[in-house]
Amino acid sequence: MTATAVHPTESTQPTSRAGELTDEGSTLRHAIALAKRSLIKTWRTPEALVDVTLQPVIFILMFTYIFGGAIAGGSQHEYLQFLLPGVLGQTVAMAGIALGVNLNTDIEKGVFDRFRSLPISRSAPLVGAVLADVVRYLILFVMCLGTGLIVGFHVGTNPLAVLAALGISVAFALCFCWISVWVGMIARTSGAVQGIMFLLVLPLSFVSNAFVPTATMPSWLAQVADVNPISHLVGTVRGLMVGGPVASNLLWTLGWMAVLLLVFVPLALRAYRRRA
Amino acid sequence: MTYAVVAEGLVKHYGTVRALDQLDLAVPEGTVLGVLGPNGAGKTTAVRVLTTLLRPDAGRAEVAGIDVLADPARARDSLGVSGQYAAVDEHLTGFENLDMIGRLYHLGRRASRARARELLEQFDLSDAGDRPSKTYSGGMRRRLDLAGALVARPPVLFLDEPTTGLDPRSRGDMWDVITTLVEGGTSLLLTTQYLEEADRLADNIIVVDHGKVIAEGTADQLKAQVGGERLEVVIADQARLVEARVLLEDSRPGGVAEVDEHVRRITLPSDRGTAGLIEAVRRLDAAGIEVQDIGIRRPTLDDAFLSLTGHGASAERAGHQADDSRGGSRGGGTDSSGSGAGDPGTDGAGQRARGGHPEHQTDGRQRRAGEHVMARKEI
Repeated sequence: MTATAVHPTESTQPTSRAGELTDEGSTLRHAIALAKRSLIKTWRTPEALVDVTLQPVIFILMFTYIFGGAIAGGSQHEYLQFLLPGVLGQTVAMAGIALGVNLNTDIEKGVFDRFRSLPISRSAPLVGAVLADVVRYLILFVMCLGTGLIVGFHVGTNPLAVLAALGISVAFALCFCWISVWVGMIARTSGAVQGIMFLLVLPLSFVSNAFVPTATMPSWLAQVADVNPISHLVGTVRGLMVGGPVASNLLWTLGWMAVLLLVFVPLALRAYRRRA
Repeated sequence: MTYAVVAEGLVKHYGTVRALDQLDLAVPEGTVLGVLGPNGAGKTTAVRVLTTLLRPDAGRAEVAGIDVLADPARARDSLGVSGQYAAVDEHLTGFENLDMIGRLYHLGRRASRARARELLEQFDLSDAGDRPSKTYSGGMRRRLDLAGALVARPPVLFLDEPTTGLDPRSRGDMWDVITTLVEGGTSLLLTTQYLEEADRLADNIIVVDHGKVIAEGTADQLKAQVGGERLEVVIADQARLVEARVLLEDSRPGGVAEVDEHVRRITLPSDRGTAGLIEAVRRLDAAGIEVQDIGIRRPTLDDAFLSLTGHGASAERAGHQADDSRGGSRGGGTDSSGSGAGDPGTDGAGQRARGGHPEHQTDGRQRRAGEHVMARKEI
């Protein structure tokens, strides 16, 4: 046998196991199997949940009792009513960071090489990881609301509206986290993912209506804050939990969600495919 | 002959480095091909191309008769791969790792679980099967990773340096596992930098250096390229070396002996096996020359590798980086333009190349000897 003159005379019969495994329905099935993996991981490393458990608690307490008096002219309770949806919006954006960090680590460790050598669709591992993140966002919402209720937050609407607030928060989080997925694919180290995402999320969440009304900002800054997707999410949640108009903010939020998906899902998938 | 794996003219560049340079290989069905080469020779790149993880710049490849480039999804259905770094999820237990892969193959809950238990049993991981795999030893992780590659019983298996970094015992365990698999009919492409491993496991061996095949054949054929059996005699008294040499050369007309005075060793070609050995002992004994050591030595793959590449198989610590950055122009004296353009600044290898180069040229023999020792140690 010489390697240069080898021609296959006959192909070996591939053992057909499940035929083509890469159609749409299969992608979802694979994503769910892979989401289970992420959930087991979360379950075994509960310390990785601090960003959706302790972080919102600390933010709510800090902003209410340290800044609340100054910002709202002495009424900490009044500020809490304003603040709680704001903290929710900020922590929703921050909670997505861990996803990009974890994906980056997984790729570095070679875990994804296994997935890529399996007859599953290339997007399944990413979609699976995003799906598993739903649990984290649910925990986040419960922690925010629970802490708020304990320190005196008052729901000004009804339970259905609160459920709707939960729904839109989680849905927004699932769209927003694709930025993190994308950064996780292109950054070389997990530390870099964290750094880049903080650099993005911190200004984005503060240049918004999350902590102060945008009217108090210089007009150019207020204009930026008013188109910020986090402002629209926070506005929607305020309307649903405290009371007030919802429709406009909700439409803006849905629009932003669509934009985030349309832009960052393809970017993330392309970066994932390229990353060998 | 039917081939499980065929690759022709694979080329892959990383920047200016040619990781694969017209690589050809073929694995006849049911056999083991050992891809032998130092770190950086292109072994891992070749495996990544063949397992659809990486697209080559040129060339074609088939796995189980399926064109890897044209139909990667279907090719993945027929192959299993276990990489150099165990791709197990350390937060999951061994069982969960395997069960997840089973589910991804649409095995169904019951079948997937049964297969996971079966593999844990087969790979001697049953006791540890329900512990998170981060508690596993290196050898256990490798076995789990290999088990993961076997969940769907792929007819073609790729193992990229399956025993690198394992202790001798784990390595032996791994060899046993691989031997069993091959007996079961799996076609296997195995990369290794350990000559002993290729010798032991592979039916055919290709030696890869700088992304191309520099030799191929069975272990015996490769050894034969270095020369046949040799008779080695070490005598006690240095003063009688010449006398002993004449005696031995007389016993084998036409044979020319090599003499190493420092270690009082005489080496000469021997094609008569033990008969030649016995005669040599008789003659020396009759002359009253005390023999300290005598034996027939078959060339090892180490010897083959050294003579084929000019550097040891595991020599990357000593000179591989330098060799690699010099691209294909190893041993030439006019390669400075090539390496100078490509490498300085990329990862520091160029620096080392320039530092290491003259030494390699002027002191080749001595360094080879050193690398040889290293290679042996690693095995």
